[in-house]
Amino acid sequence: MELFNTPVATLSEKLSQKEISSVELMQAYLKRIKAVEPKVDAFLSYNEEDALAQAKASDERRANGKTSGSLDGIPVGIKDVIAVKNQPLTCASKILEPYVSPYDATVIANIKVAGGIPFGRLNMDEFAMGSSTEHSAYKITKNPWDLSCIPGGSSGGSAVAVATGMSPLSLGSDTGGSIRLPASFCNVVGLKPTYGRVSRYGLTAYASSLDQIGPFGRTVEDVAMLFKVLAGRDENDSTSFPAEVPDYHAALKASAASGEKFKLGVPKEYFAEGLDPEVRASIEKAIDFYKKQGHTIVEITLPHTNIAIPVYYIIVTAEASSNLARYDGVRYGYRSPNAANALELYSKTRAEGFGAEVKRRIILGTYVLSSGYYDAYYLKAQKVRTLIRDDFMNAFQKLGVDAIVGPTSPTPAFKIGEKTDDPISMYLADIYTICVNLAGLPGISIPCGFTKSNLPIGLQLIGQPYQEARLLSIANRFDAEHKLGLKEPKL
Amino acid sequence: MATTAIDIKHLKMLARLDLTPEEETKYSKQLGDVLAYFKLLDEVDVTGIEPTSHAFALENVWQEDVAQPGFTPEEALMNAPKKRAGQFAVPRVVEE
Repeated sequence: MELFNTPVATLSEKLSQKEISSVELMQAYLKRIKAVEPKVDAFLSYNEEDALAQAKASDERRANGKTSGSLDGIPVGIKDVIAVKNQPLTCASKILEPYVSPYDATVIANIKVAGGIPFGRLNMDEFAMGSSTEHSAYKITKNPWDLSCIPGGSSGGSAVAVATGMSPLSLGSDTGGSIRLPASFCNVVGLKPTYGRVSRYGLTAYASSLDQIGPFGRTVEDVAMLFKVLAGRDENDSTSFPAEVPDYHAALKASAASGEKFKLGVPKEYFAEGLDPEVRASIEKAIDFYKKQGHTIVEITLPHTNIAIPVYYIIVTAEASSNLARYDGVRYGYRSPNAANALELYSKTRAEGFGAEVKRRIILGTYVLSSGYYDAYYLKAQKVRTLIRDDFMNAFQKLGVDAIVGPTSPTPAFKIGEKTDDPISMYLADIYTICVNLAGLPGISIPCGFTKSNLPIGLQLIGQPYQEARLLSIANRFDAEHKLGLKEPKL
Repeated sequence: MATTAIDIKHLKMLARLDLTPEEETKYSKQLGDVLAYFKLLDEVDVTGIEPTSHAFALENVWQEDVAQPGFTPEEALMNAPKKRAGQFAVPRVVEE
């Protein structure tokens, strides 16, 4: 095993034993980036000098006996939607091409306090709108398991950077599956926390009632190590939840040592029409593993699953059309040079700055919020959202299920270009993930197998609100036995 | 699937978003299809159901109103596409 594909827990140990320095580690990743990045296009940019300076500072802390903890000296790749002071932030959009962040997002400040090294700007669908990372204004990220396939989205760059060993950890954001879907397609672990568990301060807003930041890693244990520094109440985000933050990493290890058993619910709707047979077989095998380990498996029903797609796309486009009103060419970002007056300043700047999918969603969101349609679409969608949430709470509260298990996506990664002009077909890739955002629940995707053509398959586990410790513990039981995320794509 | 007709010219005005004639045609068709797909919602009875705006809405989140260090004028203007005399410069909005 080389440094670049070593789990974080091991790297942390090597750093604390002074077997390696953080500078050596960073150099190993930079070397890996030079070898792999031209094939996969995961990064929009990265600042080598800054990354090495941060690594050097970590080594100096360690030399002085002032190390900041288990993440000290560990690099973390950052999706280009999260603000890092004095770094570019484009959201993979032309409209933010000249933008440089004047401040750190709370998650970035937290990582820095823990000694972690935020580095790089990872590619994504423009403003996180998409499921494939094809909607970036700059480049199309490729799936490292098959370069003719998409990596999933919108956090495609974050998943690929970890899957290829260009970074041991990364941050993504998840509004309807944007962490879990690419994790599933790229054979890595991705966690979408409970709504409010992680501060959104410094995350560019897409759909504010759904957005959450979350970690990617190669193992559940690695994800737990990063997640514990991300979670917590933040005065700068009034939707962040005041619940106590447990030590997720310690909780996961304690659970494994105790051998406690869980009750897992399998929703019959997640195995209905449209599920790829190879994905189904792999998921069933994973469920069987849990059964053999002595956990209880019960069938449950989430009857509003199919209706979730229209609900999600009404809510998400409505909130996006409102949030993206701020890109008007006045205070930051691109400004059209062709505007004769104030109105044209807005309409031309936006026309020239936004890409096709963003325009499509702004127009749709504007429609569903416009006079005469609000009740029929937005209000109705919010009411059905209540029913979707009730489905989950019923399984958790009445049936006493600890987590819900099923596929992350109905199919493995699809081909580049296959769905770009067919929005509904693209939206269907998210059918099992969007309900989780609508209900505000934590969800994780872990590697659980491969198709015959060697494309990764992800298992999704959905937990009770704020019970990420339990969710990670359950996911870890499978992951620690199989360690599929450590498998390396041949490039 | 039937397509729902939408007034694309009205929408682009509301959204302050110029569209080319080609974009207008393409988005009208695609959004019409998406709206037809949304008709699935008509099948759900929501009588007496309260809307959910946030999954776990926190109400009345208070904190002390204490002055904090903020951006300097230079930081606030560092991303301005056009600035003049320490302010954002924009086209004239009031007639002479």
